[in-house]
Amino acid sequence: MNKCLERLYNGIIKENPTFVLMLGMCPTLAVTTSAINGCGMGLTTTVILVMSNLMISLLRNIIPDRVRVPAYIVIVASFVTIIQFLLEGFVPSLYDSLGIYIPLIVVNCIILGRAESYASKNPPVVSAFDGLGMGLGFTIAITILGAFRELIGAGTLFNIPVLPDSYEPVTIMILAPGAFFVLSCLIAIQNRIKRKKGVPASECSKSGCAGCSNSLCGGRHLMEAQAVADAVISEKEEAKA
Amino acid sequence: MTNLLIIAVSAALVNNVVLSQFLGLCPFLGVSKKTETAAGMGAAVMFVLTISSFFTSLIYNYILVPCDLAYLNTIVFILVIAALVQFVEMFLKKTIPSLYKSLGVYLPLITTNCAVLGIALINVQKSYNLLESVVNGLFTSLGFLIAIVIMAGIRERIDGNDVPESFQGMPIVLITAGLMSIAFFGFAGLV
Repeated sequence: MNKCLERLYNGIIKENPTFVLMLGMCPTLAVTTSAINGCGMGLTTTVILVMSNLMISLLRNIIPDRVRVPAYIVIVASFVTIIQFLLEGFVPSLYDSLGIYIPLIVVNCIILGRAESYASKNPPVVSAFDGLGMGLGFTIAITILGAFRELIGAGTLFNIPVLPDSYEPVTIMILAPGAFFVLSCLIAIQNRIKRKKGVPASECSKSGCAGCSNSLCGGRHLMEAQAVADAVISEKEEAKA
Repeated sequence: MTNLLIIAVSAALVNNVVLSQFLGLCPFLGVSKKTETAAGMGAAVMFVLTISSFFTSLIYNYILVPCDLAYLNTIVFILVIAALVQFVEMFLKKTIPSLYKSLGVYLPLITTNCAVLGIALINVQKSYNLLESVVNGLFTSLGFLIAIVIMAGIRERIDGNDVPESFQGMPIVLITAGLMSIAFFGFAGLV
């Protein structure tokens, strides 16, 4: 039981996927135009994360190691398809406003990341709680970001007007550029906190993403991309020499 | 014809894939340090996205829809894209080594690029036919190429500037992306 609570704490606070690990940035930027959208996206991802973690953990001894990633993708994609139809049937308004970003949950790196780093090595119940913790952490984070953008950009909160009529909404905040600005400020704040603690802001730690101080490495993908880019550059320099 | 032109302009400029739809952010932020590598990545994305739009549209319109299996599109698309990227990589290596040399390193990275799956799904959502899908894929990736090359150009100059300490690195890049995104709003009147 303690272990389950520890997983929840870990996902929501200690390794919050958005604020600490900086994973899953595509949906974070795209759907946080309002608090409701953020919350809906977060809960949808949570459900998928819990189910896929549970399923992958149950199958962890059956799936051969060499084909594990395609197997995970198929499992996640199946759950996403199921959830997509449930949303279309029961919450059509949310389905319309999230649109293409629902099927794109398949390529959300939080889900595959948890499958690979946690669910494939741990028993089902704990893995499900890990998914729940990560999902709730993600939900809370993108709801806060959505609420912030909605408040400044439209003067409302969960569609309820909260600011006086004399407030002129800064519409740019709910449009695409606002997403970049909000995320940028978020990382800048993080950089500042980390610098106070004396951690250099741009070095990849050996203990993996969990203990990493690097902001927005976007997890594995971005690190790989950077490594490849560096390799290409050094290759070209060698060729010149 | 006008129809195709509208799709092309709206895909490349008005609804730019990175700056207004937030797809393909990882390579956009990760491989935009040097103009040269950015152009290489852009070219590789163009190559894969055009081919994958063709195949996913072909499979959707001529296999999934006639068999009443349209609801499987997400699962089928992601598998097709992953297999296709592998296949393209092997094919290029065997037949056109020079092209493989300039694009090859970027290819494995593209499987994880959400723009590829995103465009396949957009093609279905807007019920484009085969030709329209290919045009949409081609010009969306052209938009990606434009955005990533401009970004790389700006980043090369940022290096020499005095950026506030907390904003060094990623934050200033994101601010730049935000400003580019505002600039791209200027195209909104085109379509």
